[in-house]
Amino acid sequence: MANQTRKPRLPPGFKAKRHNLPPRPKKSGPTRKDFASDQDVRWCPGCGDYAILAAVQRLMPSLGVPRENTVFISGIGCSSRFPYYMNTYGMHTIHGRAPAIATGLKASRSELDVWIVTGDGDALSIGGNHLIHILRRNLDVQILLFNNQIYGLTKGQFSPTSEVGKVTKSTPFGSLAQPFNPISLALGASSTFVARTMDRDTRHLTQVLKRAHAHKGVSMVEIYQNCNIYNDGAFFSFTEKQTKANNCVFIEHGKPMVYNNGRKAVRLDGFRPTAIDLTNGHWSIDDAAVYDETSIELASIASRMFDQPDLPRPFGVFYQTTYPTYEDRLQAQIAEVTRKRGVGDLAKLLKAGDTWRIKTNA
Amino acid sequence: MSQESATASPVTQKEVRTLEEATILFAGDSGDGMQLTGSQFTLATALAQNDLATLPDFPAEIRAPAGTTYGVSGFQLHFGSVNIQTPGDEVDLLVAMNPAALKVNLHRVKRGGAIMVNSNAFTRHNLKLAGYGPNNPLQDPIVKKEYQLFEVELSKMTREALKDRGLDRRVMDRSKNMFALGLALWLYSRPMRPAMEWLSQKFAKRPSIRDANIHVLKKGYHFGETTEDFIVQYEVHPATLAPGLYRAIRGAQSLALGLVAASSKSELPLFYGSYPITPASELLHELSRYKNFGVMTFQAEDEIAAIGAAIGASFGGSLGVCATSGPGLALKSEAIGLGVMAELPLVVVNVQRGGPSTGLPTKTEQSDLLQAMYGRNGEAPVPILSASTPGDCFFAAYEACRVAVHYMTPVILLADGYVVNGSEPWLVPDENMLASFPVHFATAPNGNHNGKSAFLPYVRDSATLARPWAKPGTKGLEHRIGGLEKQEDTGTVSYDPINHQRMTNLRAEKVDRVVQVMDPLVVNGDKEGAVLIVGWGSTEGAIKEAVLRLRHRDIRAGSIHLRYVNPLPADLGAILPHYDHILVPELNMGQLVRLLRDKFLLPFVPLTKVQGQPFKASEIMDAASTLLNHG
Repeated sequence: MANQTRKPRLPPGFKAKRHNLPPRPKKSGPTRKDFASDQDVRWCPGCGDYAILAAVQRLMPSLGVPRENTVFISGIGCSSRFPYYMNTYGMHTIHGRAPAIATGLKASRSELDVWIVTGDGDALSIGGNHLIHILRRNLDVQILLFNNQIYGLTKGQFSPTSEVGKVTKSTPFGSLAQPFNPISLALGASSTFVARTMDRDTRHLTQVLKRAHAHKGVSMVEIYQNCNIYNDGAFFSFTEKQTKANNCVFIEHGKPMVYNNGRKAVRLDGFRPTAIDLTNGHWSIDDAAVYDETSIELASIASRMFDQPDLPRPFGVFYQTTYPTYEDRLQAQIAEVTRKRGVGDLAKLLKAGDTWRIKTNA
Repeated sequence: MSQESATASPVTQKEVRTLEEATILFAGDSGDGMQLTGSQFTLATALAQNDLATLPDFPAEIRAPAGTTYGVSGFQLHFGSVNIQTPGDEVDLLVAMNPAALKVNLHRVKRGGAIMVNSNAFTRHNLKLAGYGPNNPLQDPIVKKEYQLFEVELSKMTREALKDRGLDRRVMDRSKNMFALGLALWLYSRPMRPAMEWLSQKFAKRPSIRDANIHVLKKGYHFGETTEDFIVQYEVHPATLAPGLYRAIRGAQSLALGLVAASSKSELPLFYGSYPITPASELLHELSRYKNFGVMTFQAEDEIAAIGAAIGASFGGSLGVCATSGPGLALKSEAIGLGVMAELPLVVVNVQRGGPSTGLPTKTEQSDLLQAMYGRNGEAPVPILSASTPGDCFFAAYEACRVAVHYMTPVILLADGYVVNGSEPWLVPDENMLASFPVHFATAPNGNHNGKSAFLPYVRDSATLARPWAKPGTKGLEHRIGGLEKQEDTGTVSYDPINHQRMTNLRAEKVDRVVQVMDPLVVNGDKEGAVLIVGWGSTEGAIKEAVLRLRHRDIRAGSIHLRYVNPLPADLGAILPHYDHILVPELNMGQLVRLLRDKFLLPFVPLTKVQGQPFKASEIMDAASTLLNHG
């Protein structure tokens, strides 16, 4: 556990500088405050969830979706309290089932803008089945998966994204199983938009959320989120200034995979990504792999830059493609059958099939 | 078979006997097409305007090894010119396609009844598979003495009928059920037309198969006319049913129609979430055909997702419905609790089957009543309705939707395998006579919060205690709901102890108020007397028949059948004291009886049965007689 790095003193997002934020919304339209409910936020002070909530509330007015058409649906866990803090429609459901509930809502009300807020335990453990199926069905919803690699609300057990050997209350001698790689999982489940970002980089977070929202189809956004109580610093090597540059590669479509302020890059040796040093004269930027978010092959390779200490971890949009959404197909099928058969007539339906009439005094 | 009169048929020169009622059982391998044969005979019988009741009875295996007893599939049909309440206690004619079918069903045939066998199937191999050993039951003197045995070479005659058509032997053999159907149709003077039309439609794209089946069907019918084996043909006159338009309907069809009707009359789009499970899958099949009624069907990844999606759709302003069977209801428990807390309309249909665990998936039972009643964490009451006959499924489903919407609550509708798979003649309801229940969604703030006009999602209707239903997309009514306890009125999260007590009371009181919409109970039979039989669900037919037989014996008997199991009807308590004894028959180990004792503290007597089969009227009558003699 990377506890050696410095802890943030204030809840992230609370003292962010203006230049890190999207432009201020015009005064005439709705503002961030319009999207905040009157409920006291009850996360632990210092929790990464605050920064994500702030970013989402700030982003909302710029999306042009009326507040009443926005719905946040969550499961159970710390992150799943999110809907209570949004002054939109919302539903805090049951553990792992947010995708199922969102599916019924979105399928029947395709005009609504539906967001799912979930965590690593909620989405990948108890709700794993629903997650892969909502991805496969491609409903046009945004899934924000707050990954803090721990069970927070139940007070600190290892989660399906915890690293092997994790010492927690339920694993005093270390956890035994390999963690999930949520990006690879989403790609495997045919998600049409897959991205990773982090709570501590508001600008990147906001950009990714904006793109996720613009995507027509399911968007799966993994957000590295710090649990400062039970798993503090789990991602500090990616989020803190001293180590971030060398450990993160921010991937962008059509751009070379460079990192560490241009000093390093990722090169593809066949199918194998390797880190190259651009400062020693052996390699140039032309040797760096150019990212292509439409390539499932490249996305798969990038998603597997996960457990290799010599490679940076990618952040950004791994993959985007388009195919018809479930709700569009559902409504199209209803429209097509209705066109062929005519609008259903209940009286006729009741009398359908072989009938006979019994007359009075038969 | 009770004999009324005998005349000579002008066409066949055979004696025609008129019967009041008859019970016929088609039985064979699960691959022999017995369900199809039975349902086609049912359709012909319905069109002959008889009253009828059916009992399809098939194994859980799709194609169990041929010739084995556990692979036997049966379809029992009771029909008559008189009122028919049950599929029949005893069988008048057994059609057995092989030795195993005979072995499994012989005990159901009444003494002196008829058995028609496919004699070609009584090979040494098949006899061994059925466990008959070296003894051919067709040679058994006792069988020959006790029953009228008709040995018909069904396989051979089918092959001969089709020999010049270039069909392979397997295809030819598969048509032999049509020979049996044709013969049975002749035997009971039923029309061939419905079966022919059905075959034409079913095999429209495979004319050679269509023609072969129709040919064999006719061959079977004509064999009856010409063979000397059958010297008597039977006829059953039309039943004296109430005037109106009728159709033969299966429970699954009628339940689906009830949901579509409720959707139409509430002006709510129907969203049906479902995961395949026997015997509820048929509802999904039915509803998925009604796309032009705006019905959205969603085959989910599991039982929980199915109900989750239905809840999501209800939140969005649709009529959320899901159906399952016992194991699926167990998986849905937590989500039903969410529905209770979120106070959203939701209908959960449970087509009960034999349990526990996977149990007897294709057999009927009523053992999920207490699960429906108590099978959730916390205090989570829901209204529970039941469906009593195939046709009644329509009205039960309609009523369940109405209550769910009216009281903003999940509702559980209990059906079972018997009622959903069974058929009966159905007096088609007049669409205009169905009481519509348009929903008034909230459109404006309904209170004040922090000094400002606000929408308060948990302010209640004073009569029903229902909370308002505000659809996402309605400006100004943005609100959050969820599984955490709600503050009264505002619906915000609250852990306040007194508030939790109060909300728990309110949720219970709301469900109790469902008695407001119940029709008065109707007592069948004597309004007071020696015995009252109280039942729920699919036992209605057997109970009514038992009451009829008791009264024929001059025993003063009555029965009450409960549409609502929770809450119990307000007028039930006043009826009970008018009888010396109260018998409660159930296809479980005594579940309603516990609820009744709990509520009324009276000595209700249970009659229980868990054999995967419905009650026979005689079983209920015998229990009532015993109670009167020894009680």
